[in-house]
Amino acid sequence: MNILVCVKQVPDTNEVKIDEENGTLIRDGVPSIINPEDKIALEEAVSLKEEKGGRVTVISMGPPQAKSALLEAYAIGADECILLSDRAFAGSDTWATSYTLAQGIKQAGNFDIIFCGRQAIDGDTAQVGPQIAENLGIPQITYVKALEVDGKKVRAKRALEDGYSVVETTLPVLLTVIEGLNKPRYPSISRIVSAFKKEDYIKVWTTEDFEVDKTKLGLDASPTQVYDTFVPKNEKKGEIFEGSDKELVKLLLEKLKTEQVL
Amino acid sequence: MDFNLTDTQKMIQKVVREFAENEVKDIAAEIDESCEFPKENVKKMAKADMLGIPFPKKYNGADADTLSYAITIEELSKACATHGVIVSAHTSLGAHPIYQFGTEEQKEKYLKPLASGEKLGAFGLTEPDAGTDASAQKTTAILDGDEYIINGSKIFITNAGVADIFIIFAMTDKSKGTKGISTFIVEKGTKGFTLGKKENKMGINASDTRELIFQDCRIPKENLLGKEGMGFKIAMATLDGGRIGIAAQALGIAQRALDETVQYVKEREQFGRPLSKFQGLQWEIAEMATKVEAARLLVYKAAKTKDSGQRFSKEAAMAKYFASEAAFYVANKAIQLHGGYGYIKEYPVERLLRDAKITEIYEGTTEVQKMVIAGSILS
Repeated sequence: MNILVCVKQVPDTNEVKIDEENGTLIRDGVPSIINPEDKIALEEAVSLKEEKGGRVTVISMGPPQAKSALLEAYAIGADECILLSDRAFAGSDTWATSYTLAQGIKQAGNFDIIFCGRQAIDGDTAQVGPQIAENLGIPQITYVKALEVDGKKVRAKRALEDGYSVVETTLPVLLTVIEGLNKPRYPSISRIVSAFKKEDYIKVWTTEDFEVDKTKLGLDASPTQVYDTFVPKNEKKGEIFEGSDKELVKLLLEKLKTEQVL
Repeated sequence: MDFNLTDTQKMIQKVVREFAENEVKDIAAEIDESCEFPKENVKKMAKADMLGIPFPKKYNGADADTLSYAITIEELSKACATHGVIVSAHTSLGAHPIYQFGTEEQKEKYLKPLASGEKLGAFGLTEPDAGTDASAQKTTAILDGDEYIINGSKIFITNAGVADIFIIFAMTDKSKGTKGISTFIVEKGTKGFTLGKKENKMGINASDTRELIFQDCRIPKENLLGKEGMGFKIAMATLDGGRIGIAAQALGIAQRALDETVQYVKEREQFGRPLSKFQGLQWEIAEMATKVEAARLLVYKAAKTKDSGQRFSKEAAMAKYFASEAAFYVANKAIQLHGGYGYIKEYPVERLLRDAKITEIYEGTTEVQKMVIAGSILS
């Protein structure tokens, strides 16, 4: 089984602070990690490989330092890693990102399953996975929390807001996965040692190395343009009501209705 | 001198730290109380290759260096010193002598399952009357045809109740003194080999410490490790390496005690301001932090000296002597700075002090380390 996993290197948002002045993230000293849901995607891919045989390729788009995420992906169990890295990709929104990744994936080979994390903790869009599937013209199942692969058939449990649905399709397919699908393993020490010994499993591709329409890349080609970034001010204040229990209940209900909570 | 860790060491540190935070830290107080060996976590550590760190891949090891091994024990011990000693005793004392002195067949049969973590190792040198004076071995091994017959007992053996493979020292020729000691590989379940009751200790409570009893225990001749009479040399060489592990364990305990205290003095207010604003207490923190850092440098240097292939007995002894005393000092200060809360089991610092104490005793007391250091300098 030929499996591909899309991963993104993100700042550990638990450790990120925001510069209140200009609304940007203070990245200094913040560790970079593999996006948590992408780790779930990678775990699923590696355990599928262990069960059914095959290969796991990891692809990422990012600056050269994103290589460290790929080293970790190898230590977790990937066989091959591709980093799409070029100044031309800078400032890409989800549309340009998914186009670029899809082109990279086409170049990388034919895959039975493409795994993506549902969304990245720095952008929270959940758009890149589905858009890659559209670009590649293959079926997609999003929000996967349980998965069975049987021959050419894939059956997945999709999480919905108030329950789940079970969806079946045939390979090839793109799946976006969520927490609860599995518990990602720790990279083994022996694979960490191998990861740094010989880095020939990592390929770095610029726009010269795979087929892309250069007018569809980066900030200029992105339909989404950031107009402003700011930190939402939290100025909510409590309100104290006084009166008998009956009056208070009545007051509270009225208030909740005017605030459109009820 | 390069004080930076390599990228490999940094990633190992990050991964083990994550493992220790997520899987170990939360059960430390619980297993200290229950004295229950953390079986499940040992399986998880085996899966992440933490039980064969310094051995080559062909023996199922992770092929990492001694510094990576020390960092692993340090990080585990920060969360729980018991986990640190389980890994250290298994790797340095149980598996390493087979790696260093074993035949290819012995490595195939015993080192491989030890390094993969499928089996656990232990080391039996200490006897009721042979502690620091390890040469006073009363356990005997007599060759009888194709077998050795072992008689005697070993005490205070780490991992005893959970290990599958034991490195055992016994006299094969009393008339030769230390040159009459030999080393054997003994498997759990061998007829005539039984375990005593689990010791009730002051600290590292979940570590399984017991007596080993040998009564006409017959083992195949090919389980002799090295040659007859090499036992004392094997023991000393093994302990040199083991001391780096215990020094790293002490370092982990010391670092945790410091971290807990720094957090506490920033939060705890008395006389209207945090404890961290009082100069008298700032100086205590400075002293604790300096001892921790000095211990780290000694431990890492000992590990690097071993990796460079040079003699490292002195460095390992210095690291173990200094780091264990630093651990006890820092943990004791940590309790003092926590005041009454430090004496209560809801806070981890009292456990750290109990766990720290043993690092000054096992794998050679502080006094033994000083003997080794002085011996090396004055020779």
